Amino acid sequence: MLYIKCPHCGLRSQNEFAYGGDASVKRPELNKEISDQEWDEFVYLRKSPRGKHLELWHHVSGCRQWIKVLRDTSTHEIFNTYKSEEKVG
Amino acid sequence: MQKYSFLSLIKNAFSGHKGWEVAWKDPTPKKEYDVVIIGGGGHGLATAYYLAKEHKITNIAVIEKGWIGGGNVGRNTTIIRSNYMHDENGLFYEKGMDLWRSMSQDLNFNIMFSPRGIINLAHSDAQMNAYARRGNSMRLNGIDAVLLDREEVKKKVPVLDFSDNVRFPIFGALMQPSAGTARHDAVAWGYARQADSMGVDIIQHCEVTGFDISNGKMKGIKTSRGDIKTKKVGLCVAGSTSILAEMLNMTLPIETHLLQACVSEPIKPILDHVVTFGAGHFYCSQSDKGEMVMGGDLDGYNSYAQRGNLPTLQHVLTEGIAMFPFLSKLNMLRTWGGIMDMSMDGSPIIDKTHIAGLYLNCGWCYGGFKATPASGFTFAHTIAQDRVHELNAGFRLDRFSTGHLIDEKGLGTKTWIS
Repeated sequence: MLYIKCPHCGLRSQNEFAYGGDASVKRPELNKEISDQEWDEFVYLRKSPRGKHLELWHHVSGCRQWIKVLRDTSTHEIFNTYKSEEKVG
Repeated sequence: MQKYSFLSLIKNAFSGHKGWEVAWKDPTPKKEYDVVIIGGGGHGLATAYYLAKEHKITNIAVIEKGWIGGGNVGRNTTIIRSNYMHDENGLFYEKGMDLWRSMSQDLNFNIMFSPRGIINLAHSDAQMNAYARRGNSMRLNGIDAVLLDREEVKKKVPVLDFSDNVRFPIFGALMQPSAGTARHDAVAWGYARQADSMGVDIIQHCEVTGFDISNGKMKGIKTSRGDIKTKKVGLCVAGSTSILAEMLNMTLPIETHLLQACVSEPIKPILDHVVTFGAGHFYCSQSDKGEMVMGGDLDGYNSYAQRGNLPTLQHVLTEGIAMFPFLSKLNMLRTWGGIMDMSMDGSPIIDKTHIAGLYLNCGWCYGGFKATPASGFTFAHTIAQDRVHELNAGFRLDRFSTGHLIDEKGLGTKTWIS
């Protein structure tokens, strides 16, 4: 069982959350000429690293906020959690 | 190579079983090979075998980080089927079915292929319609498919819950009678033994640490046991593809995810087929030892840990109990996990790459085991001829950017919910 510290609600079990995937993926800007390659990168291509992974989770059975989680994909250790608008540096 | 037979068994029994040869050698890596296959799982060993058998290339090394049979080829639920709707998948997997049927003789190794049939349950009229369509598509491709009504399912699998007050009543099912199971580690051992006998070097406990590429051409690989020169490298490392891709500066339409499976304590024969739940993700068969072999959903977040987490197992087994109420009385014998490439359309990739001499075999999602012979057969062709076989022509790497996806189930790019 993973325990995720929601920045709004505190420590909760993974059962309350839905996964949202890689948080480093950026949607191409609106109102801009976007090449097929840029769409390809946004929609399909993923780094899928072994180790630290910044990802989105949705506290769907709690406060319903999207949050960011920095987690290790090989040990499942969670290093830190952030509000969705927080910059992760 | 020593031939396995009833006679050789008797002969060796009388000599105290001291006369058996090793099944495959433990060679030191040579300085150079014609082809290096990275990944000594089912697909890698099958590729080496078909390269030697079909294309007469025998100066091959199979490089394996762990040991033969220790990865996904020994961690799956052993199901073999070709019940796909799209041509690219259906024809490819049906070629595999042909190879499965003759594999024990071909490899002189009993892989215990058991064509017991797979039954995909339907729980609504709409699902029956969808299965009728899929069944028709299968039959057009020469794959056997039978639509079963509720009574026929009841006859074949009486232990299913046919009571009136269930959340997902059984309306019927789609069955592929020629589908089944095989003993997974025998597949790895059989391919390894035959490949070895034809001169392939199987190098275990050897990790690839880098690649030597110049002017867009493959020159060799770096490993924990020294550098190896080669002009052709085939990647067969499902689960770890993204790690090697990073060494090659490639980003792939793949995420690595964790899938669990489990077996119950052994019980007397009760289930004659492979049965899948139609209102969720759960599949079940009974092993020859009597264990109920079960699996279902991914754990649901990117992971390279080859071990699972209990909430997913609980969810999967809840579906199992909805199908087979008797499962709730059984003790669990073992649970385990494996990591897999989840591709963005649920279909695999077998293709050349932008680097000359680098060939890619990945993205097998939940279903790599059944693909083992067809994958090895077509990947060997792709490597030997430097062009794809017609059966893997659809499994292109660039299909995501060109829009030629093979979205068998209409899945999106959220691979963890697919």
